[in-house]
Amino acid sequence: MSGSTAVRIRGVVKRFGPVVANAGADLEVAAGEIHALVGENGAGKSTLMRVLAGMYPPDGGTVEVATSGGALREVSGWTTRAAIDAGVGMVHQHFMLVPTLTVAENLILGREPRRGLSLDLAVAEREVRALSDRTGLRVDPSRLVSDLSVGEAQRVEILKTLYRGAKVLILDEPTAVLSPPEVRDLWKVLRRLRDDGGTVILITHKLDEVIAISETITVMRAGRTVGRLPTAQATARAIARMMVGREVSLAERRELGTGNGEPTAASRERQAASVPGSPFPVPALQVSHLTVASSRRPNEVDNVSFTVARGEILGIAGVEGNGQTELIEAITGLRDVSSGTISIADASGALREVTDSDVRSRADAGLSHIPEDRHRRGLVLEYSVADNLILGQQHRFTASASALDRARIASNAASRISTFDIRPPDESLPSRVLSGGNQQKIVIAREMGRDFTVLIAAQPTRGVDVGAIEFIHDQLRKARAEGKAILLVSADLVEILALSDRVVVMYGGRMVVTLPGHEATPEILGPYMTGAHGAAGTAT
Amino acid sequence: MTSRRGSADERRDRMRVRIEESVLPPLVALAIAAVVGDVLILIFGQSPGEVYRQLLEGTWGNAYGFGQVIYKATTLTFTGLAVAIGIRAGLFNIGAEGQLASGGFLAALVGLALPAGTPGIIAILLCLVAAAAGGGVVGAIPGALKARFGASEVIVTIMLNFIVLALLNYIVAAHVHVAETLHTPEIRAGSMPRLGDVSARFAGSAANTTFLFALVAAVGVWWYLFRTRQGYELRAVGLQPDAAEYGGVRVGSVWAKAMIVSGALAGLGGVNYVLGYKHYYEEGFGTGSGFLGIAVALVGRNHPVGVVIAALLFATLSQGGLAVNALVPKQMVDVLTAVVIIAVATSVPEVRRALASARRARGTGGREPDSAPSEGLISNPGPSSQFPVTDSGS
Repeated sequence: MSGSTAVRIRGVVKRFGPVVANAGADLEVAAGEIHALVGENGAGKSTLMRVLAGMYPPDGGTVEVATSGGALREVSGWTTRAAIDAGVGMVHQHFMLVPTLTVAENLILGREPRRGLSLDLAVAEREVRALSDRTGLRVDPSRLVSDLSVGEAQRVEILKTLYRGAKVLILDEPTAVLSPPEVRDLWKVLRRLRDDGGTVILITHKLDEVIAISETITVMRAGRTVGRLPTAQATARAIARMMVGREVSLAERRELGTGNGEPTAASRERQAASVPGSPFPVPALQVSHLTVASSRRPNEVDNVSFTVARGEILGIAGVEGNGQTELIEAITGLRDVSSGTISIADASGALREVTDSDVRSRADAGLSHIPEDRHRRGLVLEYSVADNLILGQQHRFTASASALDRARIASNAASRISTFDIRPPDESLPSRVLSGGNQQKIVIAREMGRDFTVLIAAQPTRGVDVGAIEFIHDQLRKARAEGKAILLVSADLVEILALSDRVVVMYGGRMVVTLPGHEATPEILGPYMTGAHGAAGTAT
Repeated sequence: MTSRRGSADERRDRMRVRIEESVLPPLVALAIAAVVGDVLILIFGQSPGEVYRQLLEGTWGNAYGFGQVIYKATTLTFTGLAVAIGIRAGLFNIGAEGQLASGGFLAALVGLALPAGTPGIIAILLCLVAAAAGGGVVGAIPGALKARFGASEVIVTIMLNFIVLALLNYIVAAHVHVAETLHTPEIRAGSMPRLGDVSARFAGSAANTTFLFALVAAVGVWWYLFRTRQGYELRAVGLQPDAAEYGGVRVGSVWAKAMIVSGALAGLGGVNYVLGYKHYYEEGFGTGSGFLGIAVALVGRNHPVGVVIAALLFATLSQGGLAVNALVPKQMVDVLTAVVIIAVATSVPEVRRALASARRARGTGGREPDSAPSEGLISNPGPSSQFPVTDSGS
């Protein structure tokens, strides 16, 4: 089987109005391999794969897919239905499952086995269970999708694609929502599929994944294919250079990611230096015995205590959905606490309790907040860039009791846009039309451009490109050097390890372990993130 | 880097896009309605040209007809503004009907209670305050229930219409009606000067100076929505309540306030009839104006300028129905009004899509983010609204 070609894409062009997503992209995937398609956000990877999966017709170029006989057949501009029938299936970043149906019901949707007029669910569940066993994608077919974890939902998505007979499986950033052990499980499943003769195309921008799993790599930049090489001959640095088109400072990320002590010692010095006359850290944010309820559980955050000192980044690692969101919302005043206190240092450095204050007074007290979901919370998408740059500060931009001071709003926008390099540099554009990275820069500019003592940075680089990640990390480091206290919450372990002076892991609403940044490694943190150390780790 | 000139061009481009997007859809809708109207007129065996000519002559063609249009548009402007401000805050106020009646009733009561010699300006101001309060109280109930308990304002406002109208009818019938009628006695103070008093050409028409207050209200609403911090917060709540909450806005309190303001605006609409036209409160005086306010807001794209224009349009159709009664049944114009509303509801998204794809073909205008079309069912579908609310305007 190997040696023959499963997919061949040549010179595909895809435009969305003035935006060219693909400008002559090529891709050749051998049958029975795991092929990594890498590139920055906005490089056109997802678009190209949607063209392959029949979601978009290309504006130019050809798409060929192997028939069951092995010969290539041109299919450019086919429908999703035709793609599925030909065995090309795509698992999307956003899951397309009906939450109120069971796993089995979701899988058979559109091709239900029937007995007379009624649905034969017993047959369906049997088929699903058999498929589940064969692939190693274990999930109970009778459970409701709404009860599944994100990792399980992803397994259902993959199962659904396989159930429809996919021989070429396209996965779009599948690990973004997984913990390290879940990622390892996914790799196992993918290898098994490959060994059974399946072909896998993996869209990603995480280089360690590429090297861990793929056989061949295709790199895209700005809508074009800029390289194709066997993984055995690739280094992370070389791939990164191809992705970005210049040298990237991966070094520090790598170094810290593997847990070498040097940089953290440096940050320790910096931390001491930032508090003149005191060798001890000065707390700027103090959370004690905090318990927060959610609609699901009374103790979504369960008796959590910690402090963040000035000049320190405290990183909270953990699989999403373990209470991080509720913790952030409680600290920022968006959610009521059940018990416990939250205090923020005032101008004189004394801690002042803000547990019962509203969002605005906490912001006025020096609390900045980069929310985890900029499209839901961080921006009013229909508002202009200028209007979004004052969100949360609107009461400081009035000329009289109520009239907004348009001149000051405009000058604020002009200075933030140039300082934080927001593109295009036009304050009157609706924020909706900016790229993800630039939208995030609006949020960063607003929250870090003003005076603050404590910053809550939740998923600060989610969905932004490599260049913007560098910029945002530099901003966070700069703020730390200026003596700000930063609480970093991220699902990206590399990010946590690259920036944090101390790392804590949240699991099941508790902080199960606290480590100095230089001692933390993915290997040590991984088991805590999945609760494997749950019993041993109740030290908190 | 864009040069200064380049960005000025871009600005002009965007301005053109905005104007196209706000003006073209209603025009297309009107064209569709006109075609449907043609067919209806032909069915009645009349010439469309003749009917439309009479419709225009009977409305904008003479002072009396024009006065009637102004009169009807005044009430519709108030109820349209009321609905629009609600939608801007993400609320669908279907209770303008009851709020209008309540405002008119309270204005009448104050007008009755004041001594006959009260100076006009003071009496009018007091009556206006009473009207706003009457509508505001009725609006406050669904606002408070929504803010406090999350009760759907749609259901509460619909039900309140029944309660308020029944209650007012009872009070009038049982306590303050003039014998043999369903209206209160004439107010002693606070009546608005009629246009007929100013110029004899308007004699007989119901038009009165309330329309000036309607224009002031439209300007006020515009200023409030687009130039004040409270308006900034209100629109943020309507577009993305989660983002507003993040921005330190108390969403519930904005909802409550918006419903009070909305109710007060609808209540002020009652002044037009009570102080300006009949000088008494009568059961069912505003029939339909509250509901038609929804259509006015929809056609006017929830923008005060659009609301005034749409109010004039619907007032013209309403008055025009009387003018063409000799040729076609006046109900035909009611059908036409409904067709306009349906056409607007349908053509706004459709025309905007067409405009967007035309722009794509030309290669100018808005861009489309790469990840737009894949919204999963399990993920948050994002802020969706029953209404074509955009933030165009200001």
